[in-house]
Amino acid sequence: MSHPTDNARAYWRRNLTYLAILLSIWFIASFGAGILFVDWLDQFRIGGFKLGFWFAQQGSILTFVVLIFVYVRLMNKLDRRFDVHED
Amino acid sequence: MDIQAWTFLIVGLSFALYIGIAIRSRAGSTHEFYVAGGGVSPLANGMATAADWMSAASFISMAGLISFMGRDGAVYLMGWTGGYVLLALLLAPYLRKFGKFTVPAFVGDRYYSHTARMVAVVCALFISFIYVAGQMRGVGIVFSRFLNVDIEIGVVIGMVIVFLYAVMGGMKGITYTQVAQYCVLIFAYMVPAIFISIMLTDNPVPQIGFGSPGLIDKLDGLSVELGFAAYTSGQRHWLDVFAITAALMLGTAGLPHVIVRFFTVPKVRDARISAGYALLFIAVLYTTAPAVAVFARTNLIETVSGMRYDQAPAWFTNWEKTRLIQFTDKDDDGIVRYTADPATNELQIDRDIMVLANPEIAALPAWVIGLVAAGGLAAALSTAAGLLLVISTSVSHDLIKGTIRPGISEKAELRWARVAAGGAVILAGYFGVNPPGFVAQTVAFAFGLAAASFFPAILLGIFSKRMNAEGAISGMIAGLLFTAGYIIWFTYADPTSNNPEGWWFGISPEGIGFVGMLVNMAVAFAISAKTPPPEPHIQEMVERIRVPR
Repeated sequence: MSHPTDNARAYWRRNLTYLAILLSIWFIASFGAGILFVDWLDQFRIGGFKLGFWFAQQGSILTFVVLIFVYVRLMNKLDRRFDVHED
Repeated sequence: MDIQAWTFLIVGLSFALYIGIAIRSRAGSTHEFYVAGGGVSPLANGMATAADWMSAASFISMAGLISFMGRDGAVYLMGWTGGYVLLALLLAPYLRKFGKFTVPAFVGDRYYSHTARMVAVVCALFISFIYVAGQMRGVGIVFSRFLNVDIEIGVVIGMVIVFLYAVMGGMKGITYTQVAQYCVLIFAYMVPAIFISIMLTDNPVPQIGFGSPGLIDKLDGLSVELGFAAYTSGQRHWLDVFAITAALMLGTAGLPHVIVRFFTVPKVRDARISAGYALLFIAVLYTTAPAVAVFARTNLIETVSGMRYDQAPAWFTNWEKTRLIQFTDKDDDGIVRYTADPATNELQIDRDIMVLANPEIAALPAWVIGLVAAGGLAAALSTAAGLLLVISTSVSHDLIKGTIRPGISEKAELRWARVAAGGAVILAGYFGVNPPGFVAQTVAFAFGLAAASFFPAILLGIFSKRMNAEGAISGMIAGLLFTAGYIIWFTYADPTSNNPEGWWFGISPEGIGFVGMLVNMAVAFAISAKTPPPEPHIQEMVERIRVPR
């Protein structure tokens, strides 16, 4: 058949929603906090770090790691809910 | 035992381990040779990906690079990690579901076009060769610095080792040696970092230690005092920082030797989680590097600036012999003056010293120095092997099986794969001994081209059912020509204007791959809108790869 089932289409739409949310956070933590707003954020402090500097050299990377694990959790649940899981 | 003996012992043991693994994991079929039989556990794949990813440059040069760039060093920290989010969310699971051996195979099938596959093969080969030459050179340099053998002999030893496990074991051999290499390299990186962190901040966790109150502020103050910019201030224009970071991220997600790792796990869900493990393992080193940068720079300035030369510590004179530190007493007062002003500055410091000299600066035992040598070698060898495999797969699977002799048997294809791997090792070794002049600038090239060609082609292939062969191919060619043209122009044709004033919108050649990616997408959408959509069976294929089952 050339048209996806409603189930597959709904699954894909939900997947795209997750992607939009997670990639927005990805962008804000790296390009936002680490580059575009870095000087403004530097007025705040976290321990001995200026906040913008911390995001540029630590916080963005930590956010990336967390994002992937959140995505994995969300997708594993989604696979089951739409009955497209592999096992 | 002295440093030399320890280094030989530890490096020898690590090599014996890699060869032992290679002998145990010989590949018997093309499926095993190309993707390790598709049976690698996600955790092992994560470690192998991390070792594959972190090159000699990450291990030896990155912390030093950052310590001279200050905050702007974030382009490498974010750029070489953020791409894994894109890989995990946008590419890896779908490519795993597609289930072929190579990136060109995906591009060729999705765009039902032989031309598309050939464009992809040429890109894959070019990117991988650029990259691998630098790795073999890195092997030679580690050998010459730590073991006092010639660079050439070092390269040859490295070639023999890689040859043994890449040619015998293919992806299967490479994967399990990379797991071992990750363990060696991360241990070697963390031990000195932890000790230096304790020495300077009383905190064993470098990531927290370098944020202990006052440390970074002190470095800011010291830098300004010597005439440098404050460490935490940015020197580059924000748009250039943005473009370089984006180009490195998009390039990471488009590099064939990284993508192919996700073909080795059994299932789609394994592809997702193994990208997570990979980034976690990479992040251990990448969050430590900026801490090492701050420790090493603070320590260096405090120790050597204004120091009487005849009272220099032992490590200073040791590394002077290797010419990584050079002191010229311009005013003949016997005092080392380190300033931002080239006219009065008396000290030349190679950035690699920041990692290489760490164990001595922290007065760690001799075996730690041997460990750092083994770690640098593990980083260089693991990356070289991953790249060589992409080269051999592209030749035997995409070129020979896919084009020249489609009818060859599985056994013959496997033989070709081994021959191609062997040939690639020799060629890479040749470039390691006789590095072409362009190698230094060409890492930017590799990332720029991957960002401007593979990344958009694969992304659109998954997320746009309407994207057709005409659009994708013209997009790839436009992105490639634009990016390569810009880099070649500023490197060869007009090097005098290779500066922020000469660049378009202040974007350096390092960051132009980001613009190339945008050019690719714009052209791809424009052309595909004017040409017919792909056949229904191609659209069905796209629908199939979007769901795990």
